[in-house]
Amino acid sequence: MTPIPGSYRRRRIVEGVMFTAAGLATATSVGVLLFLLGYIAVHGVAALSLSFFTNLPAPVGEPGGGMANAIVGSAKILLVAALVGVPIGFLGGVYLAEYGRGSVAFWVRYAADVLNGVPSIVIGITVYALLVRPLGHFSTFAGGVALGLMMIPVALRATEEFLRLVPDSLREAALALGAPTWVTIMRVVIPAGIRGIVTGLLLALARVAGETAPLLFTALNNRFWSPGWRAPTASLPVMIFTYAIAPYDDWHRQAWAGGLVLLMLVLGLNVLARVLMRGGAVRSAG
Amino acid sequence: MRPRRLGDIIFRAGTLGLALSVLAITGTVAAVLLLQSRLAREAFGWSFLWTSTWDPVALRFGALPFIDGTLMTTFLALALAVPVGLGAAVCLAELLPLRVADGLTFLIELLVAVPSVVYGLVGVFVLVPAMRSVETAVQNALGFIPLFSGPIYGVGLLTASVLLAVMVVPFIIAVSREVLLAVPQTQREAALALGATRWEMVRHVVLPYARSGILGSIFLALARALGETMAVTMVIGNRPEISASLFAPAYTMAAVLANEFTEATDDVYLAALVEIGLVLFAITLVVNAIARLLIGRVQRSPSAAA
Repeated sequence: MTPIPGSYRRRRIVEGVMFTAAGLATATSVGVLLFLLGYIAVHGVAALSLSFFTNLPAPVGEPGGGMANAIVGSAKILLVAALVGVPIGFLGGVYLAEYGRGSVAFWVRYAADVLNGVPSIVIGITVYALLVRPLGHFSTFAGGVALGLMMIPVALRATEEFLRLVPDSLREAALALGAPTWVTIMRVVIPAGIRGIVTGLLLALARVAGETAPLLFTALNNRFWSPGWRAPTASLPVMIFTYAIAPYDDWHRQAWAGGLVLLMLVLGLNVLARVLMRGGAVRSAG
Repeated sequence: MRPRRLGDIIFRAGTLGLALSVLAITGTVAAVLLLQSRLAREAFGWSFLWTSTWDPVALRFGALPFIDGTLMTTFLALALAVPVGLGAAVCLAELLPLRVADGLTFLIELLVAVPSVVYGLVGVFVLVPAMRSVETAVQNALGFIPLFSGPIYGVGLLTASVLLAVMVVPFIIAVSREVLLAVPQTQREAALALGATRWEMVRHVVLPYARSGILGSIFLALARALGETMAVTMVIGNRPEISASLFAPAYTMAAVLANEFTEATDDVYLAALVEIGLVLFAITLVVNAIARLLIGRVQRSPSAAA
């Protein structure tokens, strides 16, 4: 540490100025948050109605339209995403935690980090090239796969991290009783870390639930119900985007309602994950 | 040694297979980008990166306006976000009582989870009109400077940068605060014992100790800002021109992908868009690698949590 020049009084003034600035920065950040949540809540609640949840989008100028198809579409897309992302992320994470010491594990972790950093729109391009163009149509399935790919790195790292927190004494106890390794992992290690893992999976789902960019050219959009899994479908995020940049006041109101519902969904998942964590991520030995 | 059991072999092979699929997926992403952009790479070569004609009718493509827009918005956003984010991180790690700071941090971390389309929604209806009045006022006072010249739309480079800044600040706060909390308490006590004020302790001891982790958090924010699509698309004005003015509409790599990908009917057009994706992928790859190197050096020690 270099000597600090200036009288004590002067140094205290500098301290006061800098810490006031830091306080202002905090106040600004929290202020923006409260403004954002408040603004969305006010406009969203004003625009919400029962028909928002039950009706299809109405043509411009016709009242009473809703986003029922987008809500169902988002649910279907997230289901596919979970079916793709959870098995690979979870069981891949089990491998990393329980067997992952060699160079294979190093490269898998590295690949997961890279995948985690890929901009979501680039994931959309990849899935378009693999599942949309060859099959000739946009689909719920393609949208779900795109989001599923984005879930994988988050789920993988969460699973690995929480399984590593499970004390080795639990593994040793099970093995000493004669259980095979895989039974030890399935019946002892995973149940001990399950709370943290579920939290990680919820956060992974929350992360992709609000994603719009990868859906633009995989699930596309749809003004009507989308039958099955192989047709283009509406989704809440894409619908909000479409309505927000359209020139109609009524659509803007619908976009606010959609924004509020999406925000509640994502924040709800986040809060739920944190509540689950409160009791401790991992059950300790004994 | 006991004999290997069939169940163990199957379980290990199964989980290994799924772990390897992550490797395959990441490889596939890179391969698809390389293969699908081949037409454009052959047609335009490296000049794709520094020519600025974007003409889907004549099938002439240069990505410079998009690269410029992405780098400019990212740079401006970080210039705005880093001081605020760091200041708040210092406040939350060093000044406020832990209970209060934890509560506020929880709120700020919720902001990280807000979907970007929701930021875009607020951007379109709140930020754009606000920026229109701010920019008009600035132009009336300083309009002779090229940076503040030209017609004012509300949407544009500066608006997108401000929105991006709002989006990455929580990110910087959350990661930087963790890093600051990881600085051992003994370091702080030593500085105070030498007669430093608390600010001098932060400035000369805590921040230098945490430097690489803080830089890492900035690079993470950088990677996020580079790839951000929806919010930027909604407020940047989407015009592929490089302008001297901060108020002018611009375009980013992610935004042009979002807007034009489904309209690209010609193979070369599509390949040019995929090549933009490839460039974006390459840039974020490098930025993320740097972030990981920097953050990897800092570990939170148990005694530092106090």
